[in-house]
Amino acid sequence: MAQIICKNLIVGYEGQVVRDNISFSVEKGDYLCIVGENGSGKSTLMKTLLSLQKPMGGEIVFGDGLNANEIGYLPQQSTVKRDFPATNFEIVLSGNLGHKSFFYSVSDKKRALDAMQRLHIVEFKDRCFRELSGGQQQRVLLARALCATEKVLLLDEPVSGLDPKVTAEMYEIVRDLNKKDNITIIMISHDLNDALKYATHILHIGSEIFFGTKDEYLNSEIGMKFTSELRNNIICENCGKKVR
Amino acid sequence: MIETLQMYFQYPFVRYAMIVGVLVALCSSLLGVTLVLKRFSFIGDGLSHVAFLAMAVAAIFQWTNNMPLILAVTILAAIVVLCMGETTLLKGDAAIAMISVTSLALGYLFMNMFSSSSNISGDVCTTLFGSTSILTLSTQQVILSSILSIIVVIIYILFYNKIFALTFDEDFSRAIGVNVSFYNFAIAVIIAVIIVLAMNLVGSLLTSALIIFPALSTMRLYKSFKAVVISSAVLSVLCAGIGIIVSILAGTPVGSTIVGIEIIAYAMCVIVGKVVVKI
Repeated sequence: MAQIICKNLIVGYEGQVVRDNISFSVEKGDYLCIVGENGSGKSTLMKTLLSLQKPMGGEIVFGDGLNANEIGYLPQQSTVKRDFPATNFEIVLSGNLGHKSFFYSVSDKKRALDAMQRLHIVEFKDRCFRELSGGQQQRVLLARALCATEKVLLLDEPVSGLDPKVTAEMYEIVRDLNKKDNITIIMISHDLNDALKYATHILHIGSEIFFGTKDEYLNSEIGMKFTSELRNNIICENCGKKVR
Repeated sequence: MIETLQMYFQYPFVRYAMIVGVLVALCSSLLGVTLVLKRFSFIGDGLSHVAFLAMAVAAIFQWTNNMPLILAVTILAAIVVLCMGETTLLKGDAAIAMISVTSLALGYLFMNMFSSSSNISGDVCTTLFGSTSILTLSTQQVILSSILSIIVVIIYILFYNKIFALTFDEDFSRAIGVNVSFYNFAIAVIIAVIIVLAMNLVGSLLTSALIIFPALSTMRLYKSFKAVVISSAVLSVLCAGIGIIVSILAGTPVGSTIVGIEIIAYAMCVIVGKVVVKI
């Protein structure tokens, strides 16, 4: 059985439907990229998957031993507070809060250290979160998500605002987690280039909705239209942004 | 000077003031860190005005034991501001500002219209600036304040990890199954309790100072959340203690003296932070 199945899901907030008729499924070990224009409902879909808001219709079924609160989450960078006084270890540890005890156990601390080791950030353990660079901060937050789950990671635009080198590193890390540790990845991305490089499945949401494997997407009408737009855009070598 | 202090400390009301002052300073600084980081610095101001309104209403009906009413009203207002924030149209700072000015205005209006006292502006001044109220605490109030403060400290320690996670990233906590609404509710109740307690010490206008200054000061010095929380508790207790002693010796109003000391401490932390720590 698939880990996550969405059937005719309708997402929206404050009574407004943002996107309806979303159906897809995620199997263990998949690497799903959710693409689409700004305002197409990607973030709303993500919040619904994380149970931060209720679906307005349709249903989400969790299976294959996955519970709704076992999705690790890497928020968009802009939502993290910049002036927060906290060491990176404190932040990673807070990923362990899913269970109901008051204090952290020895195994919680070990888990946090293991996650930091895997992402090569142990050296920053006692440093302040706000002193780190953007890429390092993302890795700290990813380690926190790993403390919360070993099953599914949901990444919301994980590379926005990072320079090309750090972006490539970030994608490598995520690919390793997917391949080596068999963690299911759901990634929201602006950047179709990278989405197509690593993903196994694509969910395109917009006025039309497409779900399928990467190859199916590339051969579909909507995929061709979207990627040809991409080809027509010249990509600036310095900043990695598209220039019309 | 020490003899003068010894003389003063023979009076029970001075000892009471010291006990309540230190406990209230401790509690308010604990939650202060969370409030400042969650961008709710002004909530102390808003809620203490609500407490002022409740106090005014209690005075009209001449209830001498006004603590339960004030507590209930303030807790209600705290829940409205902190927990409804996500859903209602009035968001964060606007809701606080509205509740703050409305209750201040109504409180003064009621006091003016219905009060039997001959010195209304004196009464208002006392509730707003807490000039003498800490020195007129009854044994009953001291016991109640002490019990409430101890409960607040115990709850804070038990839920410390959850409070950290909630302050840092509410959405993440919610996604991994922490009951965020419940903890927000609990935090709102605790804050209301602290504000009502703090009003006895520094009066309603200066309550914010007691909540935000220790956190703002120590955030300049430390990099870990735990260090900020612990040091702001220590700093707050020190400032309150020194403030009360100074006000006894110099005959100045307790509330403003404590806030004055807090400001000096803040300035010192800024300088030390710039010179030594360089954050």
